[in-house]
Amino acid sequence: MNEPDLVQLLTHTGERVDHPDYSPRVAHLDPEALRGLYRDMVLVRRFDTEATALQRQGELGLFPPALGQEAAQVGSGRALAAQDYVFPSYREHGVAHTRGVDLVDVLRQFRGVDHGGWDPREHNFHLYTLVIGSHTLHATGYAMGLQRDGLVGSGDPTRDAAVVAYFGDGATSQGDTNEAFVFAAVNNAPVVLFCQNNQWAISEPTERQSRVPLVERGKGFGVPSVRVDGNDVLACYAVTAEALERARSGGGPTFIEAYTYRMGAHTTSDDPTRYRSAAEEEHWRRRDPIDRLRTHLTAIGELSQQVEDEIAADAEALGVRVRAEVHAMATPSTRVMFEHVYAGPNAVVDAERAWFEQYEESFTDVPAGTEVPR
Amino acid sequence: MSESSAPTTQRITLAKAINLGLRAALEGDPKVMLMGEDIGMLGGVFRVTDGLQKDFGPDRVVDTPLAESGIVGTAIGLALRGYRPVCEIQFDGFIFPAFDQITTQLAKMRYRSRGRLSLPVVIRVPFGGGIGAVEHHSESPEVLFAHTAGLRVVSPATPSDAFTMIQEAIASPDPVLFFEPKGRYWDKAEVDLTATSGAGLDAARVARVGTDVTVVAHGPTVATALRAAAAAATQGTSIEVVDLRTISPLDTATIAASVRKTGRCVVVHEAPVLYGTGAEVAARITEECFFSLEAPVLRVGGFHSPYPVARLEHEYLPSLDRVLDAVDRAMAM
Ligand SMILES: Cc1ncc(C[n+]2csc(CCOP(=O)(O)OP(=O)(O)O)c2C)c(N)n1
Repeated sequence: MNEPDLVQLLTHTGERVDHPDYSPRVAHLDPEALRGLYRDMVLVRRFDTEATALQRQGELGLFPPALGQEAAQVGSGRALAAQDYVFPSYREHGVAHTRGVDLVDVLRQFRGVDHGGWDPREHNFHLYTLVIGSHTLHATGYAMGLQRDGLVGSGDPTRDAAVVAYFGDGATSQGDTNEAFVFAAVNNAPVVLFCQNNQWAISEPTERQSRVPLVERGKGFGVPSVRVDGNDVLACYAVTAEALERARSGGGPTFIEAYTYRMGAHTTSDDPTRYRSAAEEEHWRRRDPIDRLRTHLTAIGELSQQVEDEIAADAEALGVRVRAEVHAMATPSTRVMFEHVYAGPNAVVDAERAWFEQYEESFTDVPAGTEVPR
Repeated sequence: MSESSAPTTQRITLAKAINLGLRAALEGDPKVMLMGEDIGMLGGVFRVTDGLQKDFGPDRVVDTPLAESGIVGTAIGLALRGYRPVCEIQFDGFIFPAFDQITTQLAKMRYRSRGRLSLPVVIRVPFGGGIGAVEHHSESPEVLFAHTAGLRVVSPATPSDAFTMIQEAIASPDPVLFFEPKGRYWDKAEVDLTATSGAGLDAARVARVGTDVTVVAHGPTVATALRAAAAAATQGTSIEVVDLRTISPLDTATIAASVRKTGRCVVVHEAPVLYGTGAEVAARITEECFFSLEAPVLRVGGFHSPYPVARLEHEYLPSLDRVLDAVDRAMAM
């Protein structure tokens, strides 16, 4: 696969480079803001490590690590305005963090105690979607709603809003995702279709999904498209900021291909040694998104050992809190199986609940509805 | 000659039995091909296709793009061209993007063409719960397909059946939905590896003989029913277990013969009870052997709510206790 140009503002050896279109988009980020991005990425990685360990210890059923994708997620997430709305896939822990979702809550789904774990409307961050591609259409529809509500192109930057859908390279093969491009384009919907091309869909390389660089696909749908170095947090911030501004001002959808790499396993039940080489993993380890920003900040004298230690301590505290709070997550009462299936009473559900309660009461040892930690 | 004394049976898991059945089919017919997500190098997320791409090449064991409608839709085209595609859908909850292709196209082509066109496509679906998975990974959508004319819907419960039924499904001129009980993938039993066919795709099987109550099950719940039968036996109740094997067509004759003997029937499945397999079995039994029934046909299954979070799935799934509870209720009537 030939490699079309990647938007880059920070090389993998940590040097700032200029880009005529995108440098202005990050000009306002002072060293304090850059340290903030660095801190975000370090926290998200610490979360990842802790969640992976918790899964190994049987505390979580499954975990999909975001290891290696921190720049794509934090960079794009920090470019969002509060009123923007996000439709994540299932690996967007970094974006969740930027939306103020407590990362502990992300684990409620993977612990198997909740199908969601947070209030989507509180954070403008939808629940994770596990069926590949489905949510790209939801994002597009939500954007069409913003349009109808007059929240696009009003010129008021505190009101105008946009939507971002996150998905993987594999997801670009799904019919739903292709239909999302069609709907986004013909409706000029204020949606940013943000693909993290982490090069693998479980065991299949991107070449099994597409014979052209993914970014080129957008053009066929009439959607402006840009390819960004997904391990460069500044470039990800810049291209997302530009796409969001276009969307909010009525300019329609944008497709972003963030070219990155999944450094870990697909999920904790995957074994990447079956399908990819250690050399490939090593190549990407040298392009680590966090190292890159650390090198840069250190080189410009903006990351003292003291600040690094403070960030490391915050990360450690997060890890400890995640562990403790996951341990404390109790198995919900069986009652929840019958709640919220419908808005109101439902004859079938009510009859089944009544039967089940009676059945549970027939066991004397465990009272019905007892919260039993397992 | 010592040939006849060479062992032909081997103790293998249900997953391995399907793997060896697929291998036999690939060896036996050059038109057989496998297609699905991650089935090549990885051998599928459950390793059911392990080693097959290495031995048969990427044209016969195809890693497809991540698109279920694409998998089934292109399998239809390949079948029209004389191939026998065996599609893998990675998990039950991900069959729905292909639902349109399966129900509007695959199921109806023979009928529409007045028999001129045939679609010998197999769709393998790991289904059912009990493995502590996240949502969409534990569902039992078999009746959604059984409700569609033109499809055969089967589910093996044992390694032996898995080994022969996958070969029979591939040999079938009709499209077959092949529901694999993923929670039983690691169950082991002796399998005759020389068998190319067994009881066929249309017949239920009496998995345990009994006299008091017939328990009808399929796929993952057959093992639960057998455990219930063993437990009930210690209390003096004799359960006969009928393993459906096929959901469409339904082998009413075998079930009815059992119920005429026992007079009582409990149907067990993981899918929700409402409009499920149990509803169909109960209706048929009532029609066929009303005067042999000592009690109404009872059902044990999932509730009319989405599959629950992993920490509650054992309350949702038909457990040993719930099966025995239904058996007791049937006996008390
Ligand atoms: C419709 C559907 N089919 C199959 C799956 C199983 N599955 C889960 S993740 C995955 C690979 C996804 O790859 P990609 O879209 O590149 O995203 P990534 O996980 O790499 O971020 C597959 C096949 C699914 N979740 N949904």
